Amino acid sequence: MDTLLQQLLNGLVLGSLYALIALGYTMVYGVLNLINFAHGDVLMVGALAALSAIGYLHGAWPGLPGWSLLILGILAAIPVCVALSLLIERIAYRPLRHAPRLAPLITAIGVSILIQTFAMLVWGRNYLTFPQLLPEAPMHIGGATLTVTKAVVIVLAALIMAGLLWLVNRTRLGRAMRATAENPRVASLMGVSPDSVIAVTFAIGAALAAVAGVMIESTYSVAHFYMGFIPGLKAFTAAVLGGIGNIAGAMVGGIVLGLIESLGAGYIGDLTGGVFGSNYQDVFAFIVLCGVLILRPSGLLGERVADRA
Amino acid sequence: MPVPRRALWTVSLLLLALAACKPSSQDAASQQPVIKIGSAAPLTGEIAHLGKDNENGVRMAIDEINAAGGIKLGDKTYRLEMVGEDDKADPREGTLAAQKLVDEGVIAVVGHLNSGTSIPASRIYAEANVVQVSPSTTRASYTLQGFKTTYRVVANDNQQGSVLADFAANSMKVKRVAIVDDRTPYGQGLADVFESVAKDKGLDVIGREFTTNKANDFNAILTKIRASKPDLVMFAGMDATSAPLARQMRELGLKVPLLSGDGSCDPGFIRIAGDAADALTCSIAGQALEKMSKGEDFSKRYQAKFGSPPQQYSPYSYDATFAIVDAIKRAGKPDRVAVVEAMHGTRFEGLTGHIEFDEHGDLKNGTISMYNVRDGKLNYLSTSN
Repeated sequence: MDTLLQQLLNGLVLGSLYALIALGYTMVYGVLNLINFAHGDVLMVGALAALSAIGYLHGAWPGLPGWSLLILGILAAIPVCVALSLLIERIAYRPLRHAPRLAPLITAIGVSILIQTFAMLVWGRNYLTFPQLLPEAPMHIGGATLTVTKAVVIVLAALIMAGLLWLVNRTRLGRAMRATAENPRVASLMGVSPDSVIAVTFAIGAALAAVAGVMIESTYSVAHFYMGFIPGLKAFTAAVLGGIGNIAGAMVGGIVLGLIESLGAGYIGDLTGGVFGSNYQDVFAFIVLCGVLILRPSGLLGERVADRA
Repeated sequence: MPVPRRALWTVSLLLLALAACKPSSQDAASQQPVIKIGSAAPLTGEIAHLGKDNENGVRMAIDEINAAGGIKLGDKTYRLEMVGEDDKADPREGTLAAQKLVDEGVIAVVGHLNSGTSIPASRIYAEANVVQVSPSTTRASYTLQGFKTTYRVVANDNQQGSVLADFAANSMKVKRVAIVDDRTPYGQGLADVFESVAKDKGLDVIGREFTTNKANDFNAILTKIRASKPDLVMFAGMDATSAPLARQMRELGLKVPLLSGDGSCDPGFIRIAGDAADALTCSIAGQALEKMSKGEDFSKRYQAKFGSPPQQYSPYSYDATFAIVDAIKRAGKPDRVAVVEAMHGTRFEGLTGHIEFDEHGDLKNGTISMYNVRDGKLNYLSTSN
């Protein structure tokens, strides 16, 4: 029972991290129908920038408490990610906005490789250690353990999702986003500037990537120029699973994926009598993805146009 | 303006690209004939830090030889040139890198880092008569494929796995062991040997879990392992995987020692694992740098040249380069087939110890050194043959 509870918690933490990243994918996809494969790398740059900023702040004011360093780190990472993301949008995506859909997709992959190499030159190839900023002592919840950082991840993911839903559905900007998503040309006739709406969407996506990057490195305590790739891929899967373009879907998809991976790795060996081991956890997750897409091609919650950001 | 701005941009970018492609090594001073030696290692990806370290070892050896006047064969003096290829620690990329090196005309190759890349690449080298000396491939089957071109300057995993199992049973005196491997040829091979020897020695193997070399979340498998109450967790994989694993063991309250092989036995592990590093006991497939007679000197020169301390295998890639150069000298000509013939007669004192190969190309008298981590440093325990 303790083990099951722990596995559920593990899955929830992992899922919340996926959800944080998936929200960024979904925002951009919702408006542009573009899968921004560089999202994971923007996240990585944010994580490394936050790490540098925290190192500097800690050197300059050694007395700062951990939680304030974490917040300052996130605040430092957001402008870096936003600037980078706007630059990518301007240079790599905007010129291709009316090109066939494959062109921006390939460009996104190219941008991803470019950013990785750039980060490798700036921050080096070595793994960097992210300091433990929040209390390390694990909390005990009915036989399972949870660190403060992980609890923060879960709460933060939920808050951000709620904030985005409010932004998209209840604000003027959100209405402009939905209008642009539905038909950019008509939206521009109504006085909405699609270019600036798209830029704002990219900026929001980038800010989310910054938050996700910092939370990933503080959960796993390591940062590396390659750290964005796998989480990016998993989060993309989560976004598709939940219904890409759908904000609540990204959250649901992320958490479902996290739980499947965690429970899959924990129990698949016992359930199949040792035929499949825990190395099949990814296979298991993708089988579920295939199943969902066959039965519900638009994801668990669907690609609801009215709701998409 | 008759010339549109976009065209100007394109032209200037093209010029820039051309400028970048211009070979920079062809200085007027170096009209000497050149012998190319390849280095294949992951320069990008999760273990790029280890790959760059391997390449640095080769570069250091080559720069030293060139500084001392190059290689004199007959009446010609040759300069050495390193051709570095990135294999991304990926089997497919490994064969591509191998083919590129062969096409580039290298006489021999130092590499690859991982068993998973060395083994598929070895066929390409064998067919092209290119000697391959790996500084870090430990999977036993690497040298047993019947190729005349495969060599290594470290011990193999039959030896390493047995020493680890013996250490667990007789020095750590544990009973219940859980094994995790990363499903690479290296991790799987080492874990298999460890498991079978551990069972022979009466250890209770209570679980075998798997992960991948790209994973960084191990909470699920560790939770499962925690439920089976082991005395020891044995992990076979690289530091990029084992260090987060060590941290997560501690977060989950799994307070048992972590035993690992050479892939995790380096300063990188300690840096990444931080406070959790103290749980580690590990082996390396050779002598430790600080136990080598010229180790300290190597370490200092490396630091001065590359601005960072050596990781784990650079002394071995350094020696692998000297082994190749030694063979070229004895061959008397820069010819692939002649070097393949000469390679087997290698016998010299390298930085890492005596280098001599058995009939398969394995290092003779390879040693395994055991370490643990104390106060954030690798702490030498013992050496076994």
